[in-house]
Amino acid sequence: MSEKETAYTNKADEFLQMFRKGEEFTKELLKENEKLRYRIAQLTETVQRSGDEARTKIYENRIQLLEEELSSLRERFMQVEQENKDFASKYIEVEEENNNLANLYVASYQLHSTLDFSEVLRIVLEIVINLIGAEKFTVLLIEDKTNELVAVCTEGMAMSEAPKVKIGDGTIGTVAKEGESFFAQDLSNVREFNPLDPIVCIPLKIKEHVIGVIAIYKLLVQKDGFTNVDYELFNLLAGHAATAIFSSRMYTQSERKLTTIQSFLDLLKEKPRR
Amino acid sequence: MRNILVVEDSPTMRQLISFAIKRVPNSHVIEATDGVDALKKLSSEKIDLILADINMPVMDGLKLVSLVRGNPSYKDIPIIIVTTEGAEEDRKRAIAIGANAYLPKPIQTQELIKLVNGFL
Repeated sequence: MSEKETAYTNKADEFLQMFRKGEEFTKELLKENEKLRYRIAQLTETVQRSGDEARTKIYENRIQLLEEELSSLRERFMQVEQENKDFASKYIEVEEENNNLANLYVASYQLHSTLDFSEVLRIVLEIVINLIGAEKFTVLLIEDKTNELVAVCTEGMAMSEAPKVKIGDGTIGTVAKEGESFFAQDLSNVREFNPLDPIVCIPLKIKEHVIGVIAIYKLLVQKDGFTNVDYELFNLLAGHAATAIFSSRMYTQSERKLTTIQSFLDLLKEKPRR
Repeated sequence: MRNILVVEDSPTMRQLISFAIKRVPNSHVIEATDGVDALKKLSSEKIDLILADINMPVMDGLKLVSLVRGNPSYKDIPIIIVTTEGAEEDRKRAIAIGANAYLPKPIQTQELIKLVNGFL
């Protein structure tokens, strides 16, 4: 082998060696690249996972807050609903009270709307029929001379059927004597009519002075019992009807007396005829 | 404004019903003391609803109902009977003659207002 050939061979070996080194280096670079890619993938995944977890945490906190808000809203809703129910029942009570007061106002207004005795008696009858719902009853007044209760008007029964009662006798007489209302236990309409045995007896009182009674024997078929407003009406009748009856009777009597006196005076004033 | 004719001989009941009707929005009460008076009011006013008692002097409520139903000008006016006659046969008779509703006394104001509102 010539020197030239040997030089070529050496250069080729050098080149081959360099080439091998280059190959190895490239392989190492590729490996490194692979490792780095893997690492990047790992890091990306970690970052993503940690992002998801943070978001989940935020969502969980938000859900918890919303749940708390919902439960507080539910509680408030229930409170408001309860308040609403209370207001509704209060409204019904007020309405009922309003109606009752209207009944009482109308009854008292009518009772004091006239000074005519028979008109007052008619109004008492109207109130007992229309507002209380009685079908058969009588109004008895005390006659001072005889100390007896005597009927001045009746409804659903003849005047002749009305009783004449001594004060203190039976249910009616006792009510007139003691001034306390009487309500029978049995208000049914099936019981037989007995003028001395009313189902309700109300004293007509001016302060503590009894001037008469209202004796009820039968209620209207549709009336099966008494309500609170009925008892209020009975109280009103006990006081206001008594005052109205008493004052109208006094007024009618005084009017009559005045007319008589006036006629007498006119007669006296007249010049004697020749 | 809706005109409600209250036909009732008792001043107490007229006042009580008028009181109750005042709570019906846009309503105005016209009062009549019996059937004849009611017919006069019907001829002079535009009436949207009649509330009538049965037992009245001069002309009772049932006669009034039949006359109103027989008159082409008034036949469509709703009529509510408000009466002390609470028996079922009385109710049936009034409805058969042409009454639209039947309310026995003593009246419950709420019930009356509800009925009136239903017909207006």
